[in-house]
Amino acid sequence: MRKPESVIIDLSPHFEIGAKQALQNTQLRRNMGKATQTIRAKRAAVVDEMQEWESLRVAGQRIKDEVMRNLDTYLIQLEAAVQRAGGHVHWARDAREANQIVTQLIQRAGAQEIIKVKSLTTDEIRLNEALHVAGITAIETDLAELIIQLANEKSSHILVPAIHKNRAEIRALFQKAMNLPDLTDEPQQLAAAARRFLREKFMTVTVATSGANFAIAETGSVCVVESEGNGRMCLTMPDVLISVMGIEKILPRWDDLGVFMQLLPRSSTGERMNPYTTIWTGVHQGDGPREFHLVLLDNGRSDVLADRVGRQTLHCIRCSACINICPVYERTGGHAYGSVYPGPIGAILTPQLVGTAHASSLPYASSLCGACYDVCPVRINIPEVLVHLRGKVVAEKQATIQGTLAAENIGMKAIAQVFRHQTLYEAAQKSGQLAQHFFVTDGYIEQGPGPLASWTKMRDFPAMANQSFREWWRERKHNDKDKS
Amino acid sequence: MKIALFITCFNDTIFPNTGKAVVEILERLGHEVIFPEAQTCCGQMHFNTGYQAEAMPIIRQFVHTFSAYDVVVSPSASCTGMVRDMYRLAAEVHHDMVLAEAVDQLAGRVYEFSELLVNRLQVVDVGAYYPHRVTYHPTCHSLRGIRVGDAPERLLRAVRGIDYVPLTSSSECCGFGGTFAVKNADTSMAMLGDKIRHILDTRAEVCVAADNSCLMHIGGALHRQRSGVRVAHLAEILVAQE
Repeated sequence: MRKPESVIIDLSPHFEIGAKQALQNTQLRRNMGKATQTIRAKRAAVVDEMQEWESLRVAGQRIKDEVMRNLDTYLIQLEAAVQRAGGHVHWARDAREANQIVTQLIQRAGAQEIIKVKSLTTDEIRLNEALHVAGITAIETDLAELIIQLANEKSSHILVPAIHKNRAEIRALFQKAMNLPDLTDEPQQLAAAARRFLREKFMTVTVATSGANFAIAETGSVCVVESEGNGRMCLTMPDVLISVMGIEKILPRWDDLGVFMQLLPRSSTGERMNPYTTIWTGVHQGDGPREFHLVLLDNGRSDVLADRVGRQTLHCIRCSACINICPVYERTGGHAYGSVYPGPIGAILTPQLVGTAHASSLPYASSLCGACYDVCPVRINIPEVLVHLRGKVVAEKQATIQGTLAAENIGMKAIAQVFRHQTLYEAAQKSGQLAQHFFVTDGYIEQGPGPLASWTKMRDFPAMANQSFREWWRERKHNDKDKS
Repeated sequence: MKIALFITCFNDTIFPNTGKAVVEILERLGHEVIFPEAQTCCGQMHFNTGYQAEAMPIIRQFVHTFSAYDVVVSPSASCTGMVRDMYRLAAEVHHDMVLAEAVDQLAGRVYEFSELLVNRLQVVDVGAYYPHRVTYHPTCHSLRGIRVGDAPERLLRAVRGIDYVPLTSSSECCGFGGTFAVKNADTSMAMLGDKIRHILDTRAEVCVAADNSCLMHIGGALHRQRSGVRVAHLAEILVAQE
């Protein structure tokens, strides 16, 4: 078992508490509703025009299946290919090791400041905080990441981290942080302000970090996909480039990129093609960084791989289609999940990376509506994994005395016993019919007792029928016999 | 055709009229309905809430009760989906390959009510008459789970006298989600709020679906608001005659 402290992910133990707060934020509800509806429509339009979309999804799923079955082989192959091309490869068991490696590399390069390409993996390991402790300033160059960094907040979406903010809020933030009192909330003005701020950094900072969307085992090439071009600046201008990559991001062959470059932009930003795709293979004299380091991060991924049902989670290409389509996320926003990875993918990935005991409410943060599975470009059956993880959560709770004595556990066990036997089940129906008389008015229970109260505090509950279906069936059979 | 009815525990207990309607429609179409009395529940509530060890005896009870029948029908897309999509996983996770084998044999013979009518029995017009304004909410498990497609809508459109109004954003979840409705009651209600808004916008009298569980959630809010709109299972519309 991994020690929890070796895995650095922000944990909010109770989704429902964060959700309740978020649901009351009217500005957030408006911003999120608008943003998710827009991106859903964009995605649907560009996916619908692809006749072969379903075969592409199957192809994506198969390639990822192949990667997971042979991950050990492909990792070694990738390492050799990167080294052949003049790059260096480092292996990190967990967040702490990865942060140590990156910190030492930056210190060796003598840098006090680094520029960053937007990267979830470095968010997962909290690289910025670790660098801060070592006296190194990390500057986010993705516009939305920069907004979040200036606001001293956490991301609420994996692709558009500032999705919860509107331009009036961003204007106020830039006015203060960049000392620009006359700034308006025109998108062009806001972008120009960020551009001026960032250009200076691109020209002067000598070390950059990035994540990776894909890495090709066959060639050792690493690929980053983005919209702004700021990533391209970070990947090409500094002297030293350090890329931190989860071990599951591998693709076996160069040709496999063809499948994913069709799946990713359409699922992600709802574009046929993303504006900037940067692919590099090791180092080249006089062109791009002169030093390239690839940090291969496990941080719980091997454990996910060992779980027969859960391992499909590693297929994820971080497109965020599941997040955008999710009716829960749309209403609560990302912060309620208390995880770097919010939404449906976060609800299955985070509990597996940190252990279900440390994120036990996340597998329940879903109505199992299945919209996420339908849009997933690599066909991750998210509802199936959610249910599987709920099984783990309950089994873990039942292994403790508190869990055994919890009202829910006692109630569920009792009901399960009732369902095992027809006679017990029918007796329970009968006693329910009698007991409900105290609570029923005109066919509805408006204030229920015990566990029913959490239902009836918000909606009415229909009364049980005085005659169950099976009682009716028997009566009818009996009457038919009398007639014949 | 001999058809075994899987009524489901809450239809048996709370919504018996749905079961009566299913029996009446199938008999009207000339089929024989059998009700195996040993049946209780499909185990979905336990399984989906994480009480999977507890769900196993319930799952075995279901498979044992229904294995003898060629065709099983259920007026619940959700419970049908449990049998068809989750039983195999449950058996595998609990290393019960005998059960897995039995599930493989049975699962394909279990139909949701509208599926049975339209796809298996090839009936769209069941001779119903229902002179009311009606809208239809495709529940998640009927739409994305077992994929009944437009079967319920085709059945509704064939009803004489009906004033059928499509629902806006119909494919979005109503927020029920089984125990989600109580564990995450606030989020559940936030989702339901939008669903209710769309239902009221249709000016329909009745909101119809293939799952009484979701309808219990939707109907519970419609009743609390004294909205003047009620909910009804598809079978209860199709059973009505002149």
